[in-house]
Amino acid sequence: MSKNLAEKYWKKNLKYLLILLSIWFIVSFGFGILLIDELNQIKIAGFKLGFWFAQQGSIYVFVTLIFIYIYLMNRLDKKYHSKK
Amino acid sequence: MELQVWIWLMIGLTFSLYIGIAIWSKAGSTNEFYVAGTGVSPIANGMATAADWMSAASFISMAGLISFMGYDGSVYLMGWTGGYVLLALLLAPYLRKFGKFTVPDFIGDRYYSDTARLVAVFCALIISFTYVAGQMRGVGLVFSRYLEVDINTGVVIGMAIVLFYAVLGGMKGITYTQVAQYCVLIFAFMVPAIFISIQMTGNPIPQIGFGSEGADGVYLLEKLDGLSKELGFHEYTTGSKSKLDVFFITAALMIGTAGLPHVIVRFFTVKKVSDARKSAGWALLFIAILYTTAPAIAVFARTNLIETVSEKKYDEMPLWFDNWEKTGLLKFDDKNNDGVIQYVADPQINELTIDRDIMVMANPEIAELPNWVIALLAAGALAAALSTAAGLLLVISSSVSHDLIKKIIKPDVSEKGELIAARISAFFAVIMAGYFGINPPGFVAAVVALAFGLAAASFFPAIVMGIFYKRMNKEGAISGMLTGLLLMLFYMTKFKFGWFGGGDESDWWFGISPEGFGTLAMLVNFVVSLTVCHITKEPSEEIQELVEKIRIPE
Repeated sequence: MSKNLAEKYWKKNLKYLLILLSIWFIVSFGFGILLIDELNQIKIAGFKLGFWFAQQGSIYVFVTLIFIYIYLMNRLDKKYHSKK
Repeated sequence: MELQVWIWLMIGLTFSLYIGIAIWSKAGSTNEFYVAGTGVSPIANGMATAADWMSAASFISMAGLISFMGYDGSVYLMGWTGGYVLLALLLAPYLRKFGKFTVPDFIGDRYYSDTARLVAVFCALIISFTYVAGQMRGVGLVFSRYLEVDINTGVVIGMAIVLFYAVLGGMKGITYTQVAQYCVLIFAFMVPAIFISIQMTGNPIPQIGFGSEGADGVYLLEKLDGLSKELGFHEYTTGSKSKLDVFFITAALMIGTAGLPHVIVRFFTVKKVSDARKSAGWALLFIAILYTTAPAIAVFARTNLIETVSEKKYDEMPLWFDNWEKTGLLKFDDKNNDGVIQYVADPQINELTIDRDIMVMANPEIAELPNWVIALLAAGALAAALSTAAGLLLVISSSVSHDLIKKIIKPDVSEKGELIAARISAFFAVIMAGYFGINPPGFVAAVVALAFGLAAASFFPAIVMGIFYKRMNKEGAISGMLTGLLLMLFYMTKFKFGWFGGGDESDWWFGISPEGFGTLAMLVNFVVSLTVCHITKEPSEEIQELVEKIRIPE
């Protein structure tokens, strides 16, 4: 891979990281900790929403985030592989 | 069939499976011994990582811990899963591309310095030893509780098994036994959880069950909140810790997870970069099955317990109550001599002390499940403890044989010589772990939190900046790692062991507990590294090129 291309690839990777890690932060530290009192006002079935994010929702989002990253990077790898 | 017979049968079967796998996957080269010949498939590696990660504490203690902490227990749930996002996005793919055997390998090469390598070896050894002592103790406890043998005999049996497959098979043997151990432990954890969820809510999925209504039409969580308040405990679904502390503890556990050498090294065992990403995804999925079930078990067990014992006559307690009273994990002291159990928050009035481990261990009995389920639980707990112990022992042995002997002391050692050294150090590591298991240092519980703090404060910044910041040099990384490590050790020993004048909660810096301090120590590490790095020389062309190479898959 040429230097120019490698740089582009890296920038794109960093952009993905920034977006995914922001979501990672929002669902756990945001919904599960900082905003918990506000979210606990909302109830879905027996769950207070903030409590649910802290003990269930954040974990489901974590798993999803990694699989989204796998998908995005595989796509990116393919694209740059053919440009080589 | 008798319970004892069932237990011997289950343990006998699973142990022969592990030994069979060890013989089949004997390691023939250092490459196989350290990284399983880099031929592990992503799904198998995901299962192995999950078993590696989930220890006796995750399996036996976590649900119980949460059931007493309620919302505050979320720090473990988010902390011990969220770290995998960091691993998958920030570490695993690049370390796999770098493609050596150990974490000190990366630190030593990236920071072109044997001092950096030594600091890393030192951190890896401290972290792994503190962690492994607890695992061997766990093995001993399970044996003694279920098989009525002495705890020490239990530790020795566990040592013999681990010794056999770790020394013989190295990473290759460990990987495939961990795959089997994951299957055993997840099955053992889920079966009672599903049964109990059906009994209490009619829903077979525990994750949904604990948000549903019980037989009386009241939401389970609402009922538990009410019961907790009535008895003087804090409301189950809201916390008692400060938000700041919850934030810092969660962050320390997440970052610590991503910096634990026995977890990181698992990503060296796959074929290519994209497989490293995939195995992180599978690993977290497999872990999430247990981690999303644990809070459900916590709620079921806590509600069940309160309803069974609170204000009930002691003479009318069910059989399991007597059984666990005999083990000392359940203690009743009739303070007001009325023959009725008062279970409340106020220690002056409370008459019942409950060990948190009971919540998972006694679950099948409380729910009146058949004997084979109890036996399965014993086998699952052993699988969890053994798989984690084996992963840690491998880190210890490769730190000695590869990072110390091959890289620093005797670089001209032959492949065969290094393999023998690896086996000998694995042997001594098991003996030492066993010693700590039999004579547990009083501080085991305290040091497990320390292991996370240390990993967060030392490894994580050094690795992340090694990948994402080309300009980072050895002076910066070494001073950062040392500052983070020493600061963490200082804070922990000050508040946990009373060194340096000791202190209590009111003396905590910014109100941060020792468990959450790793986050602050990590931030200090970053600041020190960046400052020192900017007043010293930038790394050579070759190192900067190495970093660029790591960033791009093959």
